Amino acid sequence: MQPIIEVQHLFKKFQDVTAVDGISFTVGSGEFFGLLGPNGAGKTTTIRMLYGFSPPTRGIIRVFGMEISRDWRKIKARIGVCQQDNTLDPDLTVEQNLMVFAGYFSIPPKEAVSRTRELLEFFALSNRRNAKVMDLSGGMIRRLILARSLINRPDLLILDEPTTGLDPQSRHQVWDRLEKLRASGLSIVLTTHYMEEASRLCDRLVIVDAGKILVDGSPADLIERHVGRHVIEIGGPDQALRDFLKAQQVPHDDLGQRIILYTPDGNDLSAAVRANFCHEQCTFRNGTLEDVFLRLTGRELRD
Amino acid sequence: MEIGVISWRFWKVWRRNLVTFQKIWKVNFITPLLEPLLFIAAFSLGFVGIVGQIRYGGAELSYTAFIAPALIATAVMNNAFFETTYASFVRMYYQKTFDGMLATPLSIEEIIVAEIVWSASKATAAAAIMLGVLGAFGYVQFPYGLIAIPLAFFGGIAFGAVGLFFTGVVPTIEMFNLPIFLFVTPMFLFSGTFFPVSNLPLWAKPLALAFPLYHLVELARLVCLGRCETVPLLSIVYLAVFAFLFTTLALIFMRRRLIK
Ligand SMILES: Nc1ncnc2c1ncn2[C@@H]1O[C@H](COP(=O)(O)OP(=O)(O)O)[C@@H](O)[C@H]1O
Ligand SMILES: [Mg+2]
Repeated sequence: MQPIIEVQHLFKKFQDVTAVDGISFTVGSGEFFGLLGPNGAGKTTTIRMLYGFSPPTRGIIRVFGMEISRDWRKIKARIGVCQQDNTLDPDLTVEQNLMVFAGYFSIPPKEAVSRTRELLEFFALSNRRNAKVMDLSGGMIRRLILARSLINRPDLLILDEPTTGLDPQSRHQVWDRLEKLRASGLSIVLTTHYMEEASRLCDRLVIVDAGKILVDGSPADLIERHVGRHVIEIGGPDQALRDFLKAQQVPHDDLGQRIILYTPDGNDLSAAVRANFCHEQCTFRNGTLEDVFLRLTGRELRD
Repeated sequence: MEIGVISWRFWKVWRRNLVTFQKIWKVNFITPLLEPLLFIAAFSLGFVGIVGQIRYGGAELSYTAFIAPALIATAVMNNAFFETTYASFVRMYYQKTFDGMLATPLSIEEIIVAEIVWSASKATAAAAIMLGVLGAFGYVQFPYGLIAIPLAFFGGIAFGAVGLFFTGVVPTIEMFNLPIFLFVTPMFLFSGTFFPVSNLPLWAKPLALAFPLYHLVELARLVCLGRCETVPLLSIVYLAVFAFLFTTLALIFMRRRLIK
């Protein structure tokens, strides 16, 4: 089957920064695809090239099998974009934001009215339809941006950090709606730096850093490959443990005050550790995407 | 620029501005309603005895009759220029309205054209109201005076375009002070608005002739009073060239600013 998005050797240079440094990926129909990376990794830049906002320095982007540089208008008519910045119109009410946006897609007014009603209902905004955007909470603003991005009944939804800055309740509400949309068969591309979000929503994801793709796979697959299913965190490690790990060649991260062990399946390592090295505190837990992310992108601060 | 980049879709952006305009239409209408009254009061009451009749285009005019068409032309300039500078800058930079539009089938060119056409429309609405007020006081000859309405739209395109060009180049919103001080204010004072350009010393005349406002003022006098100092056709051509030039520059610089 033809992929919804095909990206080949994509580059984007700003004067002195290479924001996107030769990435390639494809997104299949109905897939929920994640673009993970720390701040400044190049996620937004990539996304902006995908929906034709900024022209690539080099590389090929095909969406729905069409070339974005040539068929941008046809492509844009079929995608919904939830930008990282709030681009809602503060001069308009909640309802007018959707109605005016529908106009940009040349949706007939009657149809726009019924879609607006439907979307406000779906995102639990019906009772605020006449409110000014200024008066909405952060969670409502996000939901309205999402609602607006669906006004053209897109075949592809592009979400740039849709839950950044939201409280847990609002975040879960957004996730719930996104899961419903995925169930309806919509193809979705999401950027995020919340690993929980990516694990929960994405069928497949890439981790990007400094404009390059580091890995590609499903969340479970990546955990399996890069950290193993079991993780042990040991507080206040001593030299004996360090020597033991070296001798056994166990993959681990030494953070000074803490050592994180990645133990492969079917290994009696955990028993040995439990018996001999758990003096202060030991946490036995499952490997997570966050472990993968931190292992691959490092632990230094990004901004 | 590729073909097909500007379509009728630009009306959707124009409509968006109309929707927000309607929300505060009372405020939007009050200025053009009251401004001419203030000027008439000031000049026909306060100036009486200081400035008597004025010689213009081979006839004697009362001073108020002389400035009345200039008030309309100035309002056109102000409405269009301030719309595509401060208001467009807020939409572009603070509200990110254009960024949102660029995620839809709209092209950047359509957005820019819509902003300019909108500013001209707003200027036309103001001019129409002022024309009514000034007409009621007998300062406009009808029916020819009605031509001032399409004229206002035409002039509005010129001033809206130059405003949007500045929006494409200023680093911050405070920087609009510069074109206002160097461009708008001198034009307001020296475009034959408050005294005929024929009164200026010889060396200063070419400067006034270069001002687009001068040509709009002259055309406004022609339609309102039936007389002017310039060759009307030349003024029309000058304004058309000015509008075309700055629309092109606005397209270039706004694109450069928005598309990264
Ligand atoms: N318009 C721009 N001009 C110059 N540099 C930019 C621009 N946009 C982004 N960058 C740079 O490109 C890099 C990637 O940015 P971005 O794509 O926004 O990252 P992310 O969305 O992953 O946080 C950063 O170093 C950023 O500073
Ligand atoms: Mg970003």
